Amino acid sequence: MPAIELEAAGVTVATPAGERVILEPTTLSLTERRIGIVGPNGSGKSTLARMVNGLVAATTGRVVVDGLDVAREGAAVRRRVGFCFTDPAAQLVMPTCVEDVELSLRRIERSASARRQRALGVLERFGLADHAEISVHALSGGQKQLLALAGVLATEPSVVVADEPTTLLDLANTRKVADVLFGLDQQLLLVTHDLDLARRCDRVLVVDDAGVRYDGEPGAAVDFYVASVEDRIEGRVGP
Amino acid sequence: MLIGIYQPGTSLLHRLPVGPKLAALAALSLSIVLVRSMPASFAFLAASIGLALLARLPLRMLVRATRAVLLIAVVVAAFQWWMFGPHRAVESLLDLLALALAAVVVTATTPVNAMLDAIIRWIGPLRRLGVDPERVALTFSLAIAALPGTVSLALETRDAARARGLGRHPRAYLTPFVIRVVGRAHETGDALAARGLGDD
Repeated sequence: MPAIELEAAGVTVATPAGERVILEPTTLSLTERRIGIVGPNGSGKSTLARMVNGLVAATTGRVVVDGLDVAREGAAVRRRVGFCFTDPAAQLVMPTCVEDVELSLRRIERSASARRQRALGVLERFGLADHAEISVHALSGGQKQLLALAGVLATEPSVVVADEPTTLLDLANTRKVADVLFGLDQQLLLVTHDLDLARRCDRVLVVDDAGVRYDGEPGAAVDFYVASVEDRIEGRVGP
Repeated sequence: MLIGIYQPGTSLLHRLPVGPKLAALAALSLSIVLVRSMPASFAFLAASIGLALLARLPLRMLVRATRAVLLIAVVVAAFQWWMFGPHRAVESLLDLLALALAAVVVTATTPVNAMLDAIIRWIGPLRRLGVDPERVALTFSLAIAALPGTVSLALETRDAARARGLGRHPRAYLTPFVIRVVGRAHETGDALAARGLGDD
């Protein structure tokens, strides 16, 4: 497995009200095959995930993927790290399915006909072969997310970061997308609110209030997260 | 709208390379505009219809794609009838329809990626002047893709304003609409960066 190393990596932004900490300096070494990240909205989960491919730059410390510094070798890192977003609508930019996958392949496959063959092969793998020539806007939510994943995986990255990939999906599509993600040979960094998915990981980080509050075995981590949420609700409702 | 009307197929026009197709479209359009005669207008419209038949395009799609132009053409024709008489009116109506139909035929038989590849080839020589052809092609495709997405954002925000009983206040849907469009642009930018599309 490739290694994702965070060395005191943190993010702060300047606001009119002063410095705001989005993620406090965090040191982690992520080498497991499937790593889950859970935590409340606005806790810093997405920021942590986005630092891995340089979408968000660490303002302190550094992030290293496979020995490559994300800040200095961003392009090389992004070739290794595929990123899947919550809303596939923002990710799909070409009119038809096959063309969107081809867009990902543009850089690695110069010949148009070879590119088409390869894109069709990728669609086949994701059960979208029948939809190759169909408009991306005509797909269902689940199919859109599968297509977005196909576009990400077409270039065969060695790490896949998925930021709440199933949040907008129904149960059947959540299972389908999750099965694809958990069936990958690649290392997976999965940000999710779906605690069943978190339990399927090898290691789970609980992020809360801009920091990692628990890091360990999935069952215990999910229990920790649930307990922290219950404490907070009781604290508010109680006397 | 000439967006998203590509119809997969195997006709002669589908297999023709993009360059000759666009060159022929340019030549046909120029002749339609330059040749001023009623019989020629009928011939041009017949030629455009012939091309549509050759591409085996469904009638319903042709009607939908040319509807807006037809409306404008009728208004223009009515105006010309009033100003210059029936002769000019019929001629411009036929000419406009022929132009629209020919453009639709090219768009409907050419995948966007093939068009982008052609654009990249043609502006390749400009590379020496510091132009990045890939970047230009991506800009074209983003502009094309942004239209349906923006329309659906507009419909969503309008519905949300209506659901709150604010349907009559333009500000109630224009403000969130503009903010969401900008937000979508940021997300798309992130997605492109994540796919490594701005790196080289």
